[in-house]
Amino acid sequence: MTLAAPSVDRGGARRPGIRRPARSLFRRKATDRVVTALLLAGVGVSVLTTFGIVAVLIFETFEFFREVPVPDFLFGTEWTPLFDPKRFGVLPLVSGTLLVAGIAVALATPLGIVVAIYLAEYAPDRVRSVVKPFLEVLAGIPTVVFGYFALTFVTPNILRPLIPGTDVFNAGSAGIVVGLMVLPLVATISEDAMGAVPRSLREAAHALGATDLEVALRVVVPAALSGIAAGFILAVSRAIGETMAVAIAAGSTPVLTLDPTRSVQTMTGYIAQVSLGDTPQQSIEFRTIFAVGMTLFVMTLVLNVASQMVVRRFRNVYQ
Amino acid sequence: MTVTALPPGVRWRPALVARRRNGRVFVWLCYGATAFGIVALLVLLTDVLVKGVPYLSWEFLTSFPSRLADRSGVLAALVGTFYVGIIVVVVAFPIGIATAIWLEEYAPQGPLKRILETNIGNLAGVPSIIYGMLGLAVFVRALSLQRSLIAGGLTIAVLVLPIVIINAQEALRAVPSGIRHASYALGATRWETVRYHVLPAATPGILTGTILALSRAVGEAAPIILISSIAFIAFLPDGPLDSFTILPIQIFIWVSKPQEQFHLIAASAIIVLLVLLLTMNALAIVLRDRARRGTRW
Repeated sequence: MTLAAPSVDRGGARRPGIRRPARSLFRRKATDRVVTALLLAGVGVSVLTTFGIVAVLIFETFEFFREVPVPDFLFGTEWTPLFDPKRFGVLPLVSGTLLVAGIAVALATPLGIVVAIYLAEYAPDRVRSVVKPFLEVLAGIPTVVFGYFALTFVTPNILRPLIPGTDVFNAGSAGIVVGLMVLPLVATISEDAMGAVPRSLREAAHALGATDLEVALRVVVPAALSGIAAGFILAVSRAIGETMAVAIAAGSTPVLTLDPTRSVQTMTGYIAQVSLGDTPQQSIEFRTIFAVGMTLFVMTLVLNVASQMVVRRFRNVYQ
Repeated sequence: MTVTALPPGVRWRPALVARRRNGRVFVWLCYGATAFGIVALLVLLTDVLVKGVPYLSWEFLTSFPSRLADRSGVLAALVGTFYVGIIVVVVAFPIGIATAIWLEEYAPQGPLKRILETNIGNLAGVPSIIYGMLGLAVFVRALSLQRSLIAGGLTIAVLVLPIVIINAQEALRAVPSGIRHASYALGATRWETVRYHVLPAATPGILTGTILALSRAVGEAAPIILISSIAFIAFLPDGPLDSFTILPIQIFIWVSKPQEQFHLIAASAIIVLLVLLLTMNALAIVLRDRARRGTRW
């Protein structure tokens, strides 16, 4: 931990390169090179993973598109690959995904940003030290638990009393719990961005007679906007890729609807459904999950890259 | 902040009363938003506890799943989760820490490092179910490990690898460069510097980060849906090539059943999972605090 720790003295005599110059420089340098090679091999794994993901998705998707024309997949409005007549239009799955993600983000973004403003601008340290662990716990809860909560609590105790006729499985409950799930993400990233805004800007605004609220909304938030936007985009990406909560609560009926009280199916939910069933692995039905996975991968990748670009391009740098 | 000039002749009115009132309203909005998050979490935990605690018992922890809810238990899932955790520790931690060391201590500043880091960042953003597809194609099929414990463990290991790397990098970055310079000045090689000075200083931070990654691994279920043969697992895995199940998957199966009773034991299983995760996170926090106190630079 530190150079001053007593353990350094105890073990010092055995430390090569410090107390034992007898060990040849040649051997030490050889060790150094071997270790470097080993470390590089480790780096290779993450590169291989990337290539692995891309290769698997491209290969299987290509096989899928040998049987299903690309336009049918991308623009078709019916998704019935598991029964006749088979139709492979991905739009119902995409709309289900966007509906759930849209509800989630519509809930998490305003709440998350207000929580972030509160934590960054208003909250005394004592409150921060209570609220932040809560956010960490919320962020650490496994997504399957949120699915359980949506199905056994949010739908029967909140949605159905409010809107009678809500399906048991519905996009609304899934969207609400996914919103809870990404709330800490939005709040944390936005708060970090606001924390990076220099104090002098706030002081200047106060000196000109601005109230606390005006300082927060007209000075700090605009100055931190790139970070807040990046957090928002990441939240969308996370909500789109979320699987367990959605597989449990959103249902498994791929329909083209924007009604949150209805049962829908998301891309991730479909992949889970097929994986759980007994569809033969070499069949076209099974290949659909890779085509859907590819669509999902491209969507989240575009969003993740966009969030990085927003940060890089629009960041205000203060001295 | 936009500055608008007032038209000539119009006197500026500070309207302080209204502006301060807006400020007070906003503070209440802040309280509301923060309370919403906290209350939602508390409601979730209370709901799980109220439903799950009555079914918690020693039998629940030591029984296999059954067709009858009141005879079901989480033994197979608990043991499977434990084994998957071990595989993650053995596979993802060394590789992840090695990658972090190379990126922080060895990599020349430049495009290569930037590309690798961007790549790792993007890997961390790939939806977990996509890793399941990778695992299915590579471990289950290409390496013909079948739907086995080792295939599942490796898939989760690959999934948390970017998180391990990013957390370990942060811990390494927190070690002041003066320590490295001092070591080099005394004639140490690069590896000696890392091995005897940087790594010991960064160990608590690395441990904290890796435990957090492990808790992510333990709660993850989506990729295992593609890997595990979800069927009824009423036995313990004998070896790495045996089939397996894990806690989140067991919860998923029970929640997906229509019978109310299975939802209740799902709540019990959630309590087991949350206790496991809380223990791990508490350990991480203790290590983090100890690291902070032990820091003397």
